[in-house]
Amino acid sequence: MIDELVRYLSSPSNREVLLEQLGQHVYLALVPLIAGVSLALPLGRLAQRVRWLRGALLGTAGVVYTIPSLAVFVLLPGIIGTGYTSPVNIVIALTLYTTALLVRPVVDALESVPTHVTVAATAMGYRPHRRFLAVELPLAVPALTSAVRVASVSNISLVSVGALVGSGGLGRLFMVGFERPDLVQIPVGIVLTVLLALLVDLLLVVGWRSLTPWERAGRAVIGS
Amino acid sequence: MISEIAAWLLDPAHWTGGEGVLRQSWLHLLYCVFAVCAAAVIAIPLGLYIGHTGRGSVLVVAFGNAVRALPTLGLVTGLAMLYQGSAALAALVVLAFPAVLSGTYAGVNAVPADAVDAARGMGMSSAQRLWQVELPNALPLLMGGVRNAMLQVMATTAIAAYVGLGGLGKLLIEGQAIRHYDQMASAAILIALLAVLVDLVLAGLTRLLVPRGVMLVVAETGAGPRGRREQR
Repeated sequence: MIDELVRYLSSPSNREVLLEQLGQHVYLALVPLIAGVSLALPLGRLAQRVRWLRGALLGTAGVVYTIPSLAVFVLLPGIIGTGYTSPVNIVIALTLYTTALLVRPVVDALESVPTHVTVAATAMGYRPHRRFLAVELPLAVPALTSAVRVASVSNISLVSVGALVGSGGLGRLFMVGFERPDLVQIPVGIVLTVLLALLVDLLLVVGWRSLTPWERAGRAVIGS
Repeated sequence: MISEIAAWLLDPAHWTGGEGVLRQSWLHLLYCVFAVCAAAVIAIPLGLYIGHTGRGSVLVVAFGNAVRALPTLGLVTGLAMLYQGSAALAALVVLAFPAVLSGTYAGVNAVPADAVDAARGMGMSSAQRLWQVELPNALPLLMGGVRNAMLQVMATTAIAAYVGLGGLGKLLIEGQAIRHYDQMASAAILIALLAVLVDLVLAGLTRLLVPRGVMLVVAETGAGPRGRREQR
């Protein structure tokens, strides 16, 4: 097993393929994450403000999230007219999932902002839009982080499924490994996917800390 | 193209027989229900124990996160290669386990301490508190975990057709092999419908199982099965 692994990794062409697939995997997982967050924020804001839209938005998000990924990957090209193996399908499908996953946490996070804070901001002369961007959104970040972390891990794991419909990414390793059969490629793929998920998760935590300096400042004051 | 898909779906020949839609839907459902039940038999008691005693709660969170990062296709192909195609069933159980466990644990953990203290003050034993206070109050989140597990397993069963497990995914993979998009799209629609339908049934079951008093608290305070949509 170890010998095979060493032999597999020592071949330059294997390493090249691996790096390429890793790169595609990162692209296919993170572009939808960013797009999903950018869509979920305004949608969540809308659901928070407009009562009658709320049920419809949250309900739709729930249904979207229930549909298995393979079904979405197959149906999307038929609906939007892209090529069957186009990576665009994966990006759009995962954007839908990320948005569906995040809408409810965005609403919850925005509602967790204390009323006295928003009232104080209004009294200081903040207009609604500026108040949202400068006061409510930053204060909602901590409550949002855990949901974004779940979305990133789930995206990274889901990209592999895309290999079944011919897209790139580390999922190719599972199919090649299974069809050959070759016992090295599947564990290599699993380990790389999990490591990638851990790394992105770590980066999100670090990013969250730099976005919310007051959290640490507050703790330091309380601690002193 | 829509007419081709409709034609495929409406052709009675596609519905009957050993490879037909009816039998594959039944298999799909059977595998999923088996996997979730097998996982629940261990995960619910374990989650209740951990939530009740507070021991090992750190492990639940770490374990849940680790399994969430596992690529389902890798797990399915790996197990199928080491053993055989039907070993993919074990992968389904593995994937269902953490969702049920963390749902159960979170449910017990979220029971208001006041209620547990009051039960203790009324002279309830540890077992009575667990069965009469903690379990009923934990049910909304517990069922949320079961629903999470079910949708994860529904998606993975479709994928497991690639290694030879039956179910609706088989129709999709075979359609892909012979390059018939109408069959693939029909199978995909059926997979989606089955998943949504089963989720609705579980939502109905939750309403039946959860005591009315707990439901009222959930409706009033908004506390309840929040964030239950976690992973697929």
